[in-house]
Amino acid sequence: MSLLDFARGPAIHWALIILVAGTIWRLLGVLVLTRGADLSRPRDAFGNFKGYRTVFSRAWPSGEFTTATRYQTGMAYVFHIATLIVVIGIVPHIEFITGLTGASWPGLPNAAGVAFGIIALASLLALILRRIAKPAVYCSNWGDYFAWFVMAAPLVTGLMAFAHIGPRYETMLAIHILSVALLFAWFPFGKLMHSFWFIFSRAQSGVAYAHKGVRI
Amino acid sequence: MAKETTLGDLLRSQGVSRRAFLQFCTTTATMMALPAAVIPSMARALEQARRPSVIWLSFQECTGCTEALLRSHAPSIESLIFDFISLDYHHTLQAASGDAAEKAREQAMHEHAGEYLLLVDGSIPTLKGTSTIAGINNLDMLMEGAAGAAAILAVGTCAAYGGLPKAAPNPTGARSVEELITDKPIVNLPGCPPIPLAITGVIAHYLTMGALPEVDHLKRPLAFYGENVHDRCYRRPFYDRGLFAETFDDEGARKGWCLYKLGCKAPETYNACATIKWNQGVSFPIQSGHGCIGCSEPNFWDKGGIYDSVPMAQFGSGPKIAVAGAVGVVAGAGAALLARTKKHKKEAELHADE
Ligand code: SF4
Ligand code: SF4
Repeated sequence: MSLLDFARGPAIHWALIILVAGTIWRLLGVLVLTRGADLSRPRDAFGNFKGYRTVFSRAWPSGEFTTATRYQTGMAYVFHIATLIVVIGIVPHIEFITGLTGASWPGLPNAAGVAFGIIALASLLALILRRIAKPAVYCSNWGDYFAWFVMAAPLVTGLMAFAHIGPRYETMLAIHILSVALLFAWFPFGKLMHSFWFIFSRAQSGVAYAHKGVRI
Repeated sequence: MAKETTLGDLLRSQGVSRRAFLQFCTTTATMMALPAAVIPSMARALEQARRPSVIWLSFQECTGCTEALLRSHAPSIESLIFDFISLDYHHTLQAASGDAAEKAREQAMHEHAGEYLLLVDGSIPTLKGTSTIAGINNLDMLMEGAAGAAAILAVGTCAAYGGLPKAAPNPTGARSVEELITDKPIVNLPGCPPIPLAITGVIAHYLTMGALPEVDHLKRPLAFYGENVHDRCYRRPFYDRGLFAETFDDEGARKGWCLYKLGCKAPETYNACATIKWNQGVSFPIQSGHGCIGCSEPNFWDKGGIYDSVPMAQFGSGPKIAVAGAVGVVAGAGAALLARTKKHKKEAELHADE
């Protein structure tokens, strides 16, 4: 079995199994654990609605924080959007998803895919540099750096495979798929789960504040 | 088979012009990445080359490799060189049969011990009795033939890597030559079938240089298998622009767009198809409208479907992932229950403290 056979076969298979089982486990494990009922009467009749609105209203920091957070918020948006485009926009990825689900859609030309890949990687670098430069703001632990690493690895290896840098294409492709397998397998257990948690945590704090009558 | 003593005599007697012969030498030298300066000496060495003894053993194969080499539409210099070597045993081509044929093989092996070139096509079954020639098991015949060989060329994917006979579930316990023989220089010439020039090119190299050519990690001569088919494909500009044929008869297919989505395996395949092409440079599979199936790579029969594209995951269907979902539900519910019990206990403790 070649490295590519291993990557495309058992490695990605097990990574997907861990991803699905792990994500559902984490989601259920936390969500079923509801808070007790709010014993005081809500101060705001629209408390629940306003709470859910927070999911969207917190998509950009409040005006007071603009100067302090502009850079990382902007960079984070650039990173997330570019990554999403690369993940669902380039043809090999669409082929992978089609193989799993049967769904397919038109892809981007290679040059556009590479451009978005580079933008995603550059913004990811910009974010880690800020994190390293301002330890007091972030209080990072190894989980933050590891999450960054498992995210950066597929971008770097994917670009290398495309550009034929490093080992032969099939080996580089195998390394790329393995790096994605690592990302999938780690996803439910680290900070990457924020892709699900952000909805619930924002809604939860929104509801809690609204019930207390805090303007949000 | 020709009786002339040198290759030069043979070619002249067949009416091959010197210009055509030099052209062959140039092509071969270029393909083998030899410097232009060696072309005259290569031509001289080839012209004066004496008939080397070659024993060709065919095991579990379809004769496609021999066909590819011999069925070129005009007698090419490649096929003349092939005529020129003293093919002392090839059970499809030789006139002799039965005992006489086996005698010829034994005689050649004996007379040219340590000098003859052994060409093998077909994989070798390790299960006794599944394939025999004159009552001799393929495995025994290979071992016997390899013992006195100067070098071995494994012709075609079956001999080089096991090929179709070795595909799962491999009912005959098929093995490739290199899996069975480790003490002889081996060059693999995979392909289903291999490009004829790769076979004659390596023979020409051996005759002129007295050595086997440089090979890659899969023992394939770099001159013919050094490049990725996808990198040399004339449809590549369409690939780069994201223009793909979605079916074999759509607009894109008619316009000659890239066949990646139709399962073209060229990005992971190393061969000279896109440069030398087939049938004297007329065309090659991708040019004819079908994606590469990766025939020069080990175990290509077992690497997913022919029409599954390169990036597709290869683990059959997804039920295991659905099971994983169910496991997640159970584990999640369990975790939640545990946490809840713990929470209630803590609350009870706190109340008790008050
Ligand atoms: S047809 Fe095959 S070899 Fe040619 S560009 Fe497309 S994927 Fe590459
Ligand atoms: S195009 Fe691919 S499958 Fe076809 S002969 Fe060449 S290497 Fe083999």
